[in-house]
Amino acid sequence: MRVLSRLAASAALLIGTATAASAAGPDVAPVQQQGLNVTAIVIFVAFVLLTLYITYRAAITTRSAGDFYAAGGSISPLQNALAIAGDFMSAASFLGISGLVFSSGFDGLIYSIGFLVGWPIVLFLIAERLRNLGRFTFADVASFRLAQGPIRTLAAVGTLVVVAFYLIAQMVGAGQLIQLLFGLDYLYAVVIVGVLMIVYVAFGGMKATTWVQVIKACLLLVGATLLALAVLVHYGFNVNAMFADAIAIHPKGDAIMAPGGFVKDQVSTISLGLALMFGTAGLPHILMRFFTVRDAKAARKSVFYATGFIAYFYILTFVIGFGAITYLMPNASFFKVAADGHYNKITDLIGGANMPAIHLSNAIGGSLFLGFISAVAFATILAVVAGLTLSGASAISHDLYASVIARGRSTEAREVRLSKISAILIGIVAIYLGYVFQKQNVAFMVGLAFAVAASCNFPVLLMSIMWRGTTTTGALVGGLLGLVSAVVMVILSKAVWVTTFGHPAALFPYDNPALFSMPLAFAGIWIVSTLDKSKRAMAERAAFDAQFVRSETGIGASVAQAH
Amino acid sequence: MLQKPLLPSEAADPQAMLRDPTFQALVRERSSFAWSLSIVMIVVYLAFIFAVAFAHDAMATKIGAGPLTLGIVLGLAVIIFAFALTGIYVARANTRFDDLTRTVVKEQAR
Repeated sequence: MRVLSRLAASAALLIGTATAASAAGPDVAPVQQQGLNVTAIVIFVAFVLLTLYITYRAAITTRSAGDFYAAGGSISPLQNALAIAGDFMSAASFLGISGLVFSSGFDGLIYSIGFLVGWPIVLFLIAERLRNLGRFTFADVASFRLAQGPIRTLAAVGTLVVVAFYLIAQMVGAGQLIQLLFGLDYLYAVVIVGVLMIVYVAFGGMKATTWVQVIKACLLLVGATLLALAVLVHYGFNVNAMFADAIAIHPKGDAIMAPGGFVKDQVSTISLGLALMFGTAGLPHILMRFFTVRDAKAARKSVFYATGFIAYFYILTFVIGFGAITYLMPNASFFKVAADGHYNKITDLIGGANMPAIHLSNAIGGSLFLGFISAVAFATILAVVAGLTLSGASAISHDLYASVIARGRSTEAREVRLSKISAILIGIVAIYLGYVFQKQNVAFMVGLAFAVAASCNFPVLLMSIMWRGTTTTGALVGGLLGLVSAVVMVILSKAVWVTTFGHPAALFPYDNPALFSMPLAFAGIWIVSTLDKSKRAMAERAAFDAQFVRSETGIGASVAQAH
Repeated sequence: MLQKPLLPSEAADPQAMLRDPTFQALVRERSSFAWSLSIVMIVVYLAFIFAVAFAHDAMATKIGAGPLTLGIVLGLAVIIFAFALTGIYVARANTRFDDLTRTVVKEQAR
């Protein structure tokens, strides 16, 4: 049962975020501030200076709304693939999954696979059509032939809910992680992250944000490669020797080579599996990346390369997790050792359940390598929050303000200015919430973000592109059903109802709502659209042909501005 | 005006396009290809998840003489399979579908 509950907790926070530290829950509660790690700070400052220089360059060349939201469509497929991978490979993917492999072995692999299999679906069904139909946000696509006001409002709410919960989880995770790695005070850590993300987004827009992602993705891939390579070289590339060592050392022995805690609740497993797979196709900051390339072909290539990077990265984290077992578990210096000299090889790791990769770098390359990997983890968090902030800011300025409030009577300059102000406000709110939620267990927020993405954004987007019958009323009702049911089921689940509110029993028995909220959204869209016989509905169905032609051929798609 | 004209005036007449046999071939081929690959991916993934949930002992079977298990091999295989599928789609889209699209666009421009 203990294993199950820990897995459940990790489940939520592993979902592509840096709730790394908070995932550990009680493990990490008394975060010990370490001494200043000079290497880590030097490398991180170098990263910050480089990215600020890039932001400055980007700010000079960012003039139009197209520049600000979509980097003028000037990003190459390879750059975009690295940026997508950068958005997706969070500190929690890195630290959380290698940590889960460290504690449970095989089960860590289940998350890696869940995160990855959403990408082929994005490529086959979404990416090219999205590029052909939209300009800056996925709401452009969802509202292509439907009523602008309601659909953009729904998409903006879906975006902001996902961004808000994701951001809070990131900020809290970042604060705790940085406190631990750099010996910085929690508040300073949160403020540094918040201020830097504001600077990247508000001044550099999509160009700067993309470059931050690209650099971070390269750093992370290099760091993870070095870690995994060191482990493999140590075993002469004989993985069976590594597995044999791990089994001999790990308290669970042979059990780390097969599924563990998941077997007890099949419904939660399958529901989580669905949220992982389809949530990816509804994450607003990921969808936004498809507008930064020239055309549908470039969007397609981006996903192909990105899937390769992400797959490679997840295979590395698996090796890193097993390497951490063989390197760290026999060595008491990485653990909180009791007075009698005993320590629990799984739960007593210094810094908590998400630290194996960090400690492994220390075990392999000493404080220099530790500093490098710590700086990479910090850069990773920074890049992910910047992507989220830009996505939230464009939902406010492009969808809510320009299209709904000003009804298209605004100017590009005013829209971009509002977007910058939104980025600053989102940053300030994120700092504040990160501070307020410091002591809370925020693991469920990531699960919620993914569930909402899979149950609101994804169904509305897919149905509006694929099905002629979709009407404004149908999309609105179905999307809201998915959004509200996902949020309510998470609130009534164990993570919030029992853990946060302290009620004795959960009203919703499963860890993830996607298995129920996703079908609810699709059914809502289908039934209400079918019943909708209004004049507007007729016109919307009639407009499908033109949308269909454009989505299939790209004729009339917004093109990159030349500079 | 911030919005570009929402209906692509460049595509002079969507109805004409819909009647174009090349366009019909493009749509038919691409959607059946994309949906087939999607279904293959979903089935493979769900099979893996169901195996994790219901077939613990099979997943713990040792492969060969070492400690490597079927579960780990299958898991890594799903990761590589997912990437390979994207590669298959891109290879076909870059040749066949892009050719058809170019033809369609040219025909309409005439």
